[in-house]
Amino acid sequence: MIQFLLNREPCRIERLDPNLTVLRWLRERRGRTGSKEGCASGDCGACTVVVGERLVDETGAERLRYRAINACIALLSSLHGKQLLTVEDLQQGDHLHSVQQAMVDCHGSQCGFCTPGFVMSLFALSKNAAGFDREEACAALSGNLCRCTGYRPILAAAEQALGQAQADSFAARETEILAQLAAIAAQDAPQLDDGAARCLLPRDLAELADLYAANPQARLLAGGTDLALEITQQHRRLPLLIQLGQVAELQTMRIEEATLDIGAAVPLTDCAPVLAADYPDFGALLARFAATQIRNQATLGGNLGNASPIGDGAPLLLALGASLLLRQGARQRLLPLEDFFLDYRVTALQPGEFIERILVPRPQPGHHFRAFKVTKRLDDDISAVCAAVHLHLDGGLVREARIAFGGMAAIPKRASQCEQALIGRPWAESAVERAASALEQDFSPLDDLRASRAYRLRVAQNLLRKTWLELSQPDLPTRVTDHV
Amino acid sequence: MSDPRDFSPPGEFRSALQTGVGQRVPHESATRHVTGAAQYVDDRLEFPNQLHVYARLADRPHARILRIDTTPCYSVPGVAIVITSADVPGELDIGPVLPGDPLLAEGVVQYVGQPVLAVAADSLDAAREAAALAVIDYEDLEPLLDVEEALRRQQFVTPSHRQQRGDAEAALANAPHRLSGRLRCGGQEHFYLETQVCAVLPGEDGGMLVYSSTQNPTEIQKLVAGVLGVAMHKVEVDTRRMGGGFGGKETQAAGPACLCAVIARLTGRPTKMRLPRREDMLMTGKRHPFLYDYDVGFDGDGRLHGVRLELAADCGYSPDLSNAIVDRAMFHADNAYYLGDAHVTGHRCRTNRASNTAFRGFGGPQGMLIIEEIMERIARHLGLDPLAVRKRNYYGGDARNVTHYHQTVEHNLLAELTAELEASCEYAGRRSAIRAFNAASPVLKKGLALTPVKFGISFTSSFLNQAGALLHVYTDGSLHLNHGGTEMGQGLNTKVAQVVAEVFQVEIERIQISATNTAKVPNTSPTAASSGADLNGKAAQAAALTIRQRLVEFAARHWQVPEEAIEFAAGRVRIGEQDIGFAELAEAAHLGQVSLSATGYYRTPKIHYDREQARGRPFYYYAFGVACSEVLVDTLTGEYRLLRADILHDVGASLNPAIDIGQVEGGFVQGMGWLTCEELVWDAKGRLLTAGPSTYKIPTAGDVPADLRVKLVEHRRNPEDTVFHSKAVGEPPFMLAISVWCAIKDAVASVADYRQHADLDAPATPERVLWAVERMKKQNP
Repeated sequence: MIQFLLNREPCRIERLDPNLTVLRWLRERRGRTGSKEGCASGDCGACTVVVGERLVDETGAERLRYRAINACIALLSSLHGKQLLTVEDLQQGDHLHSVQQAMVDCHGSQCGFCTPGFVMSLFALSKNAAGFDREEACAALSGNLCRCTGYRPILAAAEQALGQAQADSFAARETEILAQLAAIAAQDAPQLDDGAARCLLPRDLAELADLYAANPQARLLAGGTDLALEITQQHRRLPLLIQLGQVAELQTMRIEEATLDIGAAVPLTDCAPVLAADYPDFGALLARFAATQIRNQATLGGNLGNASPIGDGAPLLLALGASLLLRQGARQRLLPLEDFFLDYRVTALQPGEFIERILVPRPQPGHHFRAFKVTKRLDDDISAVCAAVHLHLDGGLVREARIAFGGMAAIPKRASQCEQALIGRPWAESAVERAASALEQDFSPLDDLRASRAYRLRVAQNLLRKTWLELSQPDLPTRVTDHV
Repeated sequence: MSDPRDFSPPGEFRSALQTGVGQRVPHESATRHVTGAAQYVDDRLEFPNQLHVYARLADRPHARILRIDTTPCYSVPGVAIVITSADVPGELDIGPVLPGDPLLAEGVVQYVGQPVLAVAADSLDAAREAAALAVIDYEDLEPLLDVEEALRRQQFVTPSHRQQRGDAEAALANAPHRLSGRLRCGGQEHFYLETQVCAVLPGEDGGMLVYSSTQNPTEIQKLVAGVLGVAMHKVEVDTRRMGGGFGGKETQAAGPACLCAVIARLTGRPTKMRLPRREDMLMTGKRHPFLYDYDVGFDGDGRLHGVRLELAADCGYSPDLSNAIVDRAMFHADNAYYLGDAHVTGHRCRTNRASNTAFRGFGGPQGMLIIEEIMERIARHLGLDPLAVRKRNYYGGDARNVTHYHQTVEHNLLAELTAELEASCEYAGRRSAIRAFNAASPVLKKGLALTPVKFGISFTSSFLNQAGALLHVYTDGSLHLNHGGTEMGQGLNTKVAQVVAEVFQVEIERIQISATNTAKVPNTSPTAASSGADLNGKAAQAAALTIRQRLVEFAARHWQVPEEAIEFAAGRVRIGEQDIGFAELAEAAHLGQVSLSATGYYRTPKIHYDREQARGRPFYYYAFGVACSEVLVDTLTGEYRLLRADILHDVGASLNPAIDIGQVEGGFVQGMGWLTCEELVWDAKGRLLTAGPSTYKIPTAGDVPADLRVKLVEHRRNPEDTVFHSKAVGEPPFMLAISVWCAIKDAVASVADYRQHADLDAPATPERVLWAVERMKKQNP
């Protein structure tokens, strides 16, 4: 059984196909048709709902944290112990919620099909933002597509709603909801099973390790933003899932003197500020990594374990020299990330082994880190090329160079010839040019729908040149994303 | 000039009307949109025995079907029926104007994505699973996948057509300067957020009630009747709202509707078909990609003397609406400019792709793109600012105001609008500032462009320019209105309700507009060509005026006052000395045996066009607009960003400025998508690789500049007698986005100090921009 709240209504679900998405459950089982299916792939946001989660801060104080997610690729098991809010829940009697009223006042809807999703993204933003900031609002809405309005009136609605923060009925009921959620948390051994397919929800790391070791054929479900596409796009039915949401140890982060130690199931939303503090370019890239709804679900460990050649996390972490703590049963091992990716979507993970933590070295004097993501659309797009350059410069010489790319090969990969062309040489334009040429030995990228082989190679070279320009002329404007 | 509202004498209550014509009334469904209460077809309560339909699509671009075995499909529990072309009881072809679109492929498949068979089952999952089990044996035939190749081989869906004025060849030969070239622009996926969807309920006596997300209920009615082999009166089509249309539901809604109807007929069960996004993108047509060849002659000031344009559209496998779409491209190949002696030829190329179809602008954007390319090229050739060349070529006085299809351009606002925007956006000052920025910035370059739009309003198939409405006044003073237009988000119902509210001087809360329904208003034209409010607003106004006149005559009789002493104001009616509520009058009129129901009808005056001669007045009037865009381009990656856009757009006397601004902004951003980030990519086997939003990228909020200054032209009502002297607004603003593409070209040209024109096909993806930059650098070392 899993349990969650649908707004204030406790839902206990005993027998159900664990492959069922939250959106289908809402529309088909509950008759809540306000949330729409626009793509069933987490790209359009018409299905956006908000999940409330019980959070205990350092002082022991409890609060509810609200986050927007895509219901179309969230599986029902991910709701265990949480509160689900949909567009139907916002209105109180005859009174529209302030985000709804703002959308009406600002003429923010035309055809209205995307509107429930925008309303829920705005609702989540209103719960998390202190006042209106246009860039923050754009980021919050980057996963919501509207084909009618051109977005200006929706941003105006965001400004109106966030400019006049008011306590709403959700704030008034927070204590009540927290108590209900706490009661669910005490429940034992949640799982979802319909006889044909099962989803297990281990409650701690040891239980997870045992379960997975015993069932290595199971699929690990972290954020599920990629795994769920097998269900909604490839129409597979996954017989055994292990859902990681209840394993608290995987959700922790530790900022140590030399290392950022990040639990594999920390959502990207949560690890972004920590990585951004040490490496601003990492933060800037994560801001363009999918969209808010995805980043709220997707995890850094999932992004690596997924081993996609176009995942943006891997090239950056390769350049930073990150390593992984892997676990299989009770056995742990530490593996440099560059030894993790073996071939297209093949990793060094053994059966029943999983990523427990990601260890990222912290910045050191003389080290410079730059990261770039090149796409057709600036927000919520998959990289044609993702580049990360990490240099240790000392006395005009390149002491160390770690340069990695995504989108250039079957795996995220370091550019070893390129690095060799720099290491031990003076940091000068001529060396950069030699290194750029060496990229032609490192990579033989593909032509595909995102870019041609020639473009990928040229951009990779140019990003190296851009790194040179940025480091040698720090005041030079070099990025269109810096201009708002 | 007479007051367009002169049927309604100004009274002291007039200003009290909050929701009449010209007011910023919110969309009639706004509250339902934001609460999730607005129902779309897929949200309708399902019947317990309802079937879900899923189509198996062809996976090859051109092949003979040797054998179809559907027996394996029935092994899946819940499957009710599997149909192929042989099972269609009536007409198989659902081509809207010309034949060529079989409901299910018969004998041959002509594009990847063509429906070959359809499965109906208890659930969509079962239908999908079963459809995959069908065995289809093909023999591959040679596909035609490139418009250039189709043009070379003269493979057309309909014959080529020419519009001409004067002797273009002679003008070209004698011109002081001459340039020729080639350009390509891409297509565009509609990406309405609601995919194609239909639900059908079989009734008695062979009848069908069809809930369709369509811009064209009458055509759905006609085609459903056709595939069933029944009379149109057996079929009732109901369209409450669409989750976006943009032209994509003008003809493309017919497939799902007809499949549902056939299966409902064969099984006797209610049926629903909602296309998953991928299937929608594979199956349905898109905006036409174009290939252009041009040859232009001009003088030292940049003025055109002669033009020869060849426009070749990739129509896909069938005619659909391509004939009219390419005609409209040709009608707009002048955009705002007097072409001199001109030959404009349009080719409708046949390829093995989904049949390309209507999309906001209906060929107009593709037509305009080529002449804007030419303006830029002339400017660089002569070392002039492109805006100067544009202004010199604007349609002007008597000798320079006739188009290449021989319509006189009247009431041209472009000189005035350009001057106003040029000043308000500080074009000259920003031009200098940008040159200075670029000189100091080796990586990032800024670009600026100000471009005009002149867009012809009317269906070019003149007979379509008609509309009907049906209005009831009830005895409690509430009104029920139907018209032939459909609501797809553009606010048509709101505008039409405002028109009726204005006639009776009542607030629109009293007016209920229910679903567009073929049993209420028959023989309607599609809601397309920006015509929705122009046509249906006038028809509704006519119905309202009929009832209003009956009420006036009744009141004059009943209360013994002259008709002139009767005034409608603020929900009340002044009758001589007394003042009664609108409801009271309605009740009294009913007791006085006065009919409170009327139809209204409208057809557009003045228009005529002889296509044989390519001569006439296809457009009742033109809508105008100007836009200035400033972009920032990264010359190392080709990425770019729109920094600021200023827009001044002409909607005549606006029926609803809030809705009109919404159309302008939405159209502009959609147009920007077409020309920038939205790229359709097919592989060598004719398969669309960008068949979902993870690969096909429409603009997001972050692509819209914080500095977006949109204004409607004030105090310029439509001189023609349109509904309250407003102008159509759906399509024209789309083409304001050409300024973004031109601004990117301007930034690229800065790399060679503006000495050379930037060759940049559309869409201007970062990759195309980077290559344009690299060519510019290589040719100007």
